Amino acid sequence: DIDDVGHRYHLELVLEDILDKDSTVNCTAEVLYHLGNKNIAPDVQFTIEGELKNTDEADNIFYNRIKSLEKELVAENIPDSHGNVSPEMEPIRLLAWVASGYVIWQNSTENTKFQLAQIKHVKQVKRSDEYLEFDYIVLLHEMVSQEIIPWQMTVLWHPQHGVQVTQDSRHPKHA
Amino acid sequence: HQVLRIKTRNEEEVKKLQLFESLEHLELDFWINPSTPALPVDVRIPANSIQAVKAFLESHGIEYSILIEDLQVVLDKEKQDMACSQQRDRSSNSFNYGTYNSLDSIYAELDHLASAYSDIVSKLRIGESYEKRPLYVLKFSTGGKNRPAIWIDAGIHSREWVTQASAIWIAKKIASDYGKDPSVTSLLNKMDIFLLTVSNPDGYVFTHTTNRMWRKTRSKNRGSPCVGVDPNRNWDAGFGGPGASSNPCSDSYRGPSASSEVEVKSVVNFIKNHGNVRAFLTLHSYSQLLMYPYGYKCSEPADYAELDALGRAAANSIRSLYGTTFTVGSICTTIYQASGGSIDWSYDYGIKYSFAFELRDTGRYGFLLPANQIIPTAEETWLGLKTIMEHVRDNSY
Repeated sequence: DIDDVGHRYHLELVLEDILDKDSTVNCTAEVLYHLGNKNIAPDVQFTIEGELKNTDEADNIFYNRIKSLEKELVAENIPDSHGNVSPEMEPIRLLAWVASGYVIWQNSTENTKFQLAQIKHVKQVKRSDEYLEFDYIVLLHEMVSQEIIPWQMTVLWHPQHGVQVTQDSRHPKHA
Repeated sequence: HQVLRIKTRNEEEVKKLQLFESLEHLELDFWINPSTPALPVDVRIPANSIQAVKAFLESHGIEYSILIEDLQVVLDKEKQDMACSQQRDRSSNSFNYGTYNSLDSIYAELDHLASAYSDIVSKLRIGESYEKRPLYVLKFSTGGKNRPAIWIDAGIHSREWVTQASAIWIAKKIASDYGKDPSVTSLLNKMDIFLLTVSNPDGYVFTHTTNRMWRKTRSKNRGSPCVGVDPNRNWDAGFGGPGASSNPCSDSYRGPSASSEVEVKSVVNFIKNHGNVRAFLTLHSYSQLLMYPYGYKCSEPADYAELDALGRAAANSIRSLYGTTFTVGSICTTIYQASGGSIDWSYDYGIKYSFAFELRDTGRYGFLLPANQIIPTAEETWLGLKTIMEHVRDNSY
């Protein structure tokens, strides 16, 4: 408890590589939830002890594949109702997961717990520069209220420059 | 024993055979009684009497033929054939346990299990849903009259597909393990198990036809365009308290009153009418948690120590198979305060062993758990359930 400021949490965690379960890295973090104002994202400071794996090869394969598509990529329901994700869509899903992490961070309070539930729709947006751009509508599952919240996010990615969420908003809910 | 077919030619011969009927010491069993010469007389004759009967018939010139040489052989073969076809029935089956199935498919499989394992499985209808779909419970019992019982339900939240899928696998497991697995056998020799594989059929159908993420029932809410009540906020336990919404459009809407949802009321009625339920176990997903009461308040239940220890033992059993870790604790301290929950109701009703499971995973796929994880999830969950049931069996209260 920090008077007049908020609540600070000290965390010690282990990061595990999704694609390589044996690859782990220790991490410490400080998270500060601000008192009152629900519109400010929590402050996060972190230190990673060691190095994250180099993913250049896989990144470049994905990058080149998308760059060489004749028509812009369009897809929906990833995973589908039965939890299936086609191999070609797996990097699209991972990208959404990272991007939604940003959105979740920006919208979290001590009383929320968000997870990415599904990609409802994704559409590639053609760009003249070297970035890849994807326009996603995702479903976020908020555990405490149990609501499924549609969310729009515009995601930029480049193998060397990483992920950026340039725009995001709660998507209007259908009745 | 032999079965003879006797051909009578006239009334006189019929009368002679009728005299025969009265000779009790011969222990004759007439399958077709002597009445008119137009009809044959079929009679089963015990081994001891065969010589005497044949001698009588021959001395009177009455015609007969042997219908069945040795009745025992026929009976043995019939028994074998029945076992064989039941075996075939049990194994050759189009139901795929390793995939997500439609409601109709699951309901057909309930019938199949009840017929293939008719000696211990029967199907009960405990009520119907808002949209009038039947609520079916499988009863596993080896007899007795109202034995102490274990209640297990799945799919109260329709989008939690791995729970309905696990429940039907568990049904098959219990049925086929009886007589083979010592634990299941001793369990069913003492107690009955009631398994509700699809607690919210309307919601389940809706997740297949319209919205995969639907959670609630499909009841209409007066004065609101929004449909459905969260069936796990609708039980009479701290109803109306914090941890449930009063907004019909919310996914945790408690409903207009406790047990307003017929899906909830049917279970409440069943449990009350049964009167001897000792454990209430409910399956949800996801998060990998094993929880005991309370949800509507954050204070410990009176049986906290025992429930916590039992929960940990069950979580250890689950972990033993594939390393899947479950966090154990009360609902309030483990996830959040939630009022109107089922295991709070069952516990306060007097069913001490009340547990809620949240199955795989922890968020990577969430509700959309890949089908190839159904059977591993069902297998590990079953171990956890067994641990709890064994404890219930050994601790009558």
